[in-house]
Amino acid sequence: MVKQEQELDNRPDNTAFTQQRLPAWQPMLSAGIIIPGFVLIGLAFIGIGVALFVTSRSIQVLEIDYTGVAQDSPCFKCSDPNAKNCMCTMEFSIDSLFQGPVFFYYGLTNYFQNYRRYGVSKDANQLSGDLEYFTNPSDDCAPYVYDNNKPIVPCGSVANSMFNDTFKLFQIVNGARKQVPLDGKGIAWWTDYNVKYRNPNVTPLRNAFNGTVKPVFWSRPAYELDPTDPANNGFINQDFLVWMRRAALPNFRKLYRRITEGDFAEGLPAGNYSLEIAYNYPVLSFDGEKKVVFSNVSWMGGKNEFLGIAYLVIGSLCVVMSIVMLIVYAKFKFPEED
Amino acid sequence: LILGLLNRLDITQILRVDSRTIYVGHRACPANEAFIPPKFCDNRIVSSKYTVWNFLPKNLFEQFRRIANFYFLIIFLVQVIVDTPTSPVTSGLPLFFVITVTAIKQGYEDWLRHKADNEVNKYPVTVLEDGRRIRKESEKIKVGDVVEVEEDETFPCDLILLQSSRDDDTCFVTTASLDGESNHKTHYTVPDTEKDLESLNVIIMWSQSLGPENLLLKGATLKNTQKICGVAVYTGMETKMALNYQGKSQKRSAVEKSINAFLLVYLCILVSKALVCTTLKYVWQSKPGQDEPWYNEKTQREKDTNLYLKMFTDFLSFMVLFNFIIPVSMYVTVEMQKFLGSFFITWDKDFFDPEIKEGALVNTSDLNEELGQVEYVFTDKTGTLTQNNMEFIECCIDGFQYKYRDASSELDGFCVTDGPVIYLDKWEELFLRALCLCHTVQVKESTEQKVLQPPQEQRGFIASSPDEVALVKGAMRYGFTFLGLESKSMKILNRNNDVEMYELLHVLNFDPVRRRMSVIVRAKSGDTLLFCKGADSSIFPRVRQEEVERIRMHVERNATEGYRTLCVAYKYLNAEEYAQADAGLREARLALQDREEKLMAVYNQVETGMSLIGATAVEDRLQEEAAETMEALQGAGMKVWVLTGDKMETAKSTCYACRLFQRNTELLELTVRTLEDGGRRREERLHELLLEYHKKAVQDAPPVKAGVTRSWSLTNQDYGFIIDGATLSMVLNSSSESNSSRYKNLFLQICQNCTAVLCCRMAPLQKAQIVKMVKNSKGSPITLSIGDGANDVSMILEAHVGIGIKGKEGRQAVRNSDYAIPKLKHLKKLLLAHGHLYYVRIAHLVQYFFYKVGETNAHVTLLQSQRLFGPLYDAAYLTMYNICFTSMPILAYSLLEQHICIEVLLDNATLYREIAKNGMLRWGPFLYWTLLGVFHGLLFFFGVRYLFSNPALQDNGQVFGNWSYGTIVFTVLVFTVTLKLALDTRHWTWINHFVIWGSLAFYVFFSFFWGGIIWPFLRQQRLYFVFANMLSSVSAWLVIILLILLSLLPEILLVVFRKPRGPHARQIAAVTPLSYKHLKERQ
Repeated sequence: MVKQEQELDNRPDNTAFTQQRLPAWQPMLSAGIIIPGFVLIGLAFIGIGVALFVTSRSIQVLEIDYTGVAQDSPCFKCSDPNAKNCMCTMEFSIDSLFQGPVFFYYGLTNYFQNYRRYGVSKDANQLSGDLEYFTNPSDDCAPYVYDNNKPIVPCGSVANSMFNDTFKLFQIVNGARKQVPLDGKGIAWWTDYNVKYRNPNVTPLRNAFNGTVKPVFWSRPAYELDPTDPANNGFINQDFLVWMRRAALPNFRKLYRRITEGDFAEGLPAGNYSLEIAYNYPVLSFDGEKKVVFSNVSWMGGKNEFLGIAYLVIGSLCVVMSIVMLIVYAKFKFPEED
Repeated sequence: LILGLLNRLDITQILRVDSRTIYVGHRACPANEAFIPPKFCDNRIVSSKYTVWNFLPKNLFEQFRRIANFYFLIIFLVQVIVDTPTSPVTSGLPLFFVITVTAIKQGYEDWLRHKADNEVNKYPVTVLEDGRRIRKESEKIKVGDVVEVEEDETFPCDLILLQSSRDDDTCFVTTASLDGESNHKTHYTVPDTEKDLESLNVIIMWSQSLGPENLLLKGATLKNTQKICGVAVYTGMETKMALNYQGKSQKRSAVEKSINAFLLVYLCILVSKALVCTTLKYVWQSKPGQDEPWYNEKTQREKDTNLYLKMFTDFLSFMVLFNFIIPVSMYVTVEMQKFLGSFFITWDKDFFDPEIKEGALVNTSDLNEELGQVEYVFTDKTGTLTQNNMEFIECCIDGFQYKYRDASSELDGFCVTDGPVIYLDKWEELFLRALCLCHTVQVKESTEQKVLQPPQEQRGFIASSPDEVALVKGAMRYGFTFLGLESKSMKILNRNNDVEMYELLHVLNFDPVRRRMSVIVRAKSGDTLLFCKGADSSIFPRVRQEEVERIRMHVERNATEGYRTLCVAYKYLNAEEYAQADAGLREARLALQDREEKLMAVYNQVETGMSLIGATAVEDRLQEEAAETMEALQGAGMKVWVLTGDKMETAKSTCYACRLFQRNTELLELTVRTLEDGGRRREERLHELLLEYHKKAVQDAPPVKAGVTRSWSLTNQDYGFIIDGATLSMVLNSSSESNSSRYKNLFLQICQNCTAVLCCRMAPLQKAQIVKMVKNSKGSPITLSIGDGANDVSMILEAHVGIGIKGKEGRQAVRNSDYAIPKLKHLKKLLLAHGHLYYVRIAHLVQYFFYKVGETNAHVTLLQSQRLFGPLYDAAYLTMYNICFTSMPILAYSLLEQHICIEVLLDNATLYREIAKNGMLRWGPFLYWTLLGVFHGLLFFFGVRYLFSNPALQDNGQVFGNWSYGTIVFTVLVFTVTLKLALDTRHWTWINHFVIWGSLAFYVFFSFFWGGIIWPFLRQQRLYFVFANMLSSVSAWLVIILLILLSLLPEILLVVFRKPRGPHARQIAAVTPLSYKHLKERQ
């Protein structure tokens, strides 16, 4: 049937967009641009790589394993799971000045803080100081929600498994032990300490925890984590915060203390040291290892050779590629060069 | 009045045997007859799929029948029910999005179909009811209604002709829109009908069956008859036209098919991965101390659940964890791309036709990319290739060529282009008189009062062959006007405005064997003349040979130019000769036995010893640029088949004119005529011919070179194949089963080696049969059908892509097509430019998604291998990744990309071949992109992993945790994925710039925003300040830059080394660089 109604103005718009004629720029990646580009990138990478490599080289690291698997290890006696409140001492020496500020890490291996179930086993509301969730923690915290029908605060696997070895470092000067002051402030993220984790607005803090129990694994309740500093208790205890920021990989280290004060502000002088360890944390059941790491940092953070080497390799590859391209270019003459 | 209609004959050789009883005008049946009126369907044509009410359930059902959607639904349900690593939102939101977008799109398309249906269904018609004429909507016609149709109107349903305004109880009808035959057919009223329908009160029972000559089919058009009345016998979906449609099935594009294939592979990988992971998990857990380290004790519920049930839920969790291996967002993007992309076709002003004031129409956007994959083009002839508008071009009289130059000036127009300028001599006048007399044309009675001298050009002629009309009109332009036939005498108005009368003594009818026709007339002067016109091959042997040579040259030249040529000859008959001929003719006509043979013998006897006057050249006006379009299509590697209901001669000359057949093309004919040549049984002959042609075209053809997909090239002998409907049905439905499939194979093989195939005398369903046959042949090539009439509908529906032409033959084709264009010439741009671009766009879109999938997939797998069971990224990132961060650039790319600009695509049809056979979505590219993605994924993961071997990345010695890790990887991912696309983009418009840089900026902004606020509705503030902290670390910056560059540098190298080479490279490269400057100049 003949279509009768015919609008007069249904002619398509003659605009650049509808006619697919928008002005466009067509990038031409010609050898003339690529070769200098590669050279430039290569040189820049090599430069950065050298800087990274040199910096990384200058970072000092001292790693001490204190798991105590080996029989001759001072901590062997403590590795027995039945030993309670076991203390052991690791002796070590430093040949030359360990440039300050020195950072004191503890490390664990084969420890999967990234288990999905483990990771979700916490109650963010509780940790932000919401009292409602003190008496009624979220089910996410399973299997550490209630202990004997009393709510656990802080609940959940992550909090429950908080690292509880403690360390004291002594410099041995002429046979005498001189304690190295360890600074426990500023080891956690500023935002974690100041915003994300909050204690309930109750003074004294312990009253907020009435009717709750401490996590099963803990020896002390949350409000008594740091007897020396009342501001470092509850959910904003720095060690707790560091622990709660879960590690990405099964072999990880976490910041324990900084050595920034007194005689050691410039670093750890050469000499003999003794590390006194309160050995509490069981790792042998899952074939883990425990270690302490002393390290200083630079602008790029801790020691990491990978980045420098990667930059150097890629940089040189770029230069090599540009040379190859130049040869190919000279020999075969890429067609259509503007 | 009861009509009994028995054994209704169908044109399509499909015998519908049924009988129905109809009460004309719904008059009450006589009381003594216990007759229950049967229920007939109403006259509505329904091509839409949904109604307002069933849209939601039906559409949802259809959508979830798609494997991918169903799969995502399952995943979503698993996520809701089982405790899984990722939240249900990550898959639920995208799924909801997909379903909504698709539903909106399909709803819109169905709305368009509703609109088109309404146009037909609401068309006003006149119905006679109780003696009154009532205007009704077409859909309200019921079986038994008496419908009145006026001239040039289409019949709204199948009617039995009761009354005609013509005196002789006939009416003329053209069925051009049904079967492509454009000539006028005569239909007869049912005999013995009461003339006064309005007061009809007599009940007559017909006992004889009504023939097709009484039946007016819906879709046909009334011609040359003021009005008719008919009773509706078949309505709506029961009409012949509707029955000729085939069920409208969902068309799937090749790209979609290959996507499905790839997804199936992915699905297998997914399942096997989940299986392997579950196994590994339990193997690993069987080691002491690993199953349940003390710090991560199982919950009571976990301890209680059955081991096997746990394994199963673990398996499901792994499935969910890996589920983004199947990219739900790809479906969204593909849907959006198709939906939005199709607007560019609608908007294209090149498709706008000022005559009908309409542009292109897109009925389904699912097939955009299919336009770039077409291998076979099936085209209708009448109205598609040709305008079905014959025009007298030139003639040649006595060896001199005359060309009509200027239509407006009468005398001067007729000028001689070669030879001396001569006055109008005897030969010319004789020639023109011959043209005026030797035909079977009727003069159309003007609807107004009979004006003796109607405006000459407007004078209407009717003939069974449009050629005759063209000739008569041609003669009219030179001053000899045929006025009509009045009581056995033909009236001619000659140059001097005198009316000449010729008594028509005999008409020696045209038949395809003789290929000529003659008339014997007696002039006023008493001379008896025989005028004969016919094909050169049938005239030349019957005239004096010395005349032939002069004219043969012209005829041959005209033929190669694609004109339809006829030769005209005459002879004087003296009284004896006439008497003899007259007696012979009369005797033969009255013969009871072998009348045909006898007539033929007399004809042959009479038509001898004539003298050749001249030749004519008539052009069946091709559609604008038809030849160029066909040439471009063939250049693009498509094979063009012409399927027409028209006569072979006509179709053949059209093929020549369209340059489908070239002068050196060898024609292989398989028609009734060639079958009858041998004088043996048709079947045997068919067998013989098929084998012979097969040998010629297939076996003797030079072997196809490896790598060249098209077997024919310029050096080869070109073959053209011609087959007609009757022979085709012999080939397809051969008597013995074994032969049938063998013939079919032979036939297909021959056709595939021919440059062009012409199938003439096709019934509509046969057209569809052919398309189906080719579609299902080896390699399942992509087919395209283009047509303009209702007779093409079945073929349009059958082909992968159906194109309707908004021609004069109604709207059926347009409504059932996938795309409709106003003119044939638009096909070129539609395929070569739009199709090509859409294909490249969507192919790259799909590849890109496989790349993205490979990337994320690699991460997740690595997480497992590292025995990290947590998710790497935050749920917000996961959800946003495909919806916001990386979707817009690829969508913009897939809408705007022009890797080669449109002009170049149009100029170089061969470029089309480069993407033929789904070239960009085969297993090779699929593997390449997936592996590239996996490679990038590995790179990012391990790069960041080695960085995190010491997680103290800040200069204050603090350590980064798992969310920082994930965020670094994710940042690298988002940037690389976006920049990779930027590298692949060859056509940077401001939109691309905006979207690419915009989404990167959005990512950064979002990350700050998301991490900058404690969100009260979130259970876990996982990303709080993670991003900002990351940016405060130099190492994080350095590793991000390193990884991005490392993954993209090889790409850049590849681009440099993979510069276009080969014969076209230079040409393309020379035109390709589009700059703002170029484009501005061009506008």
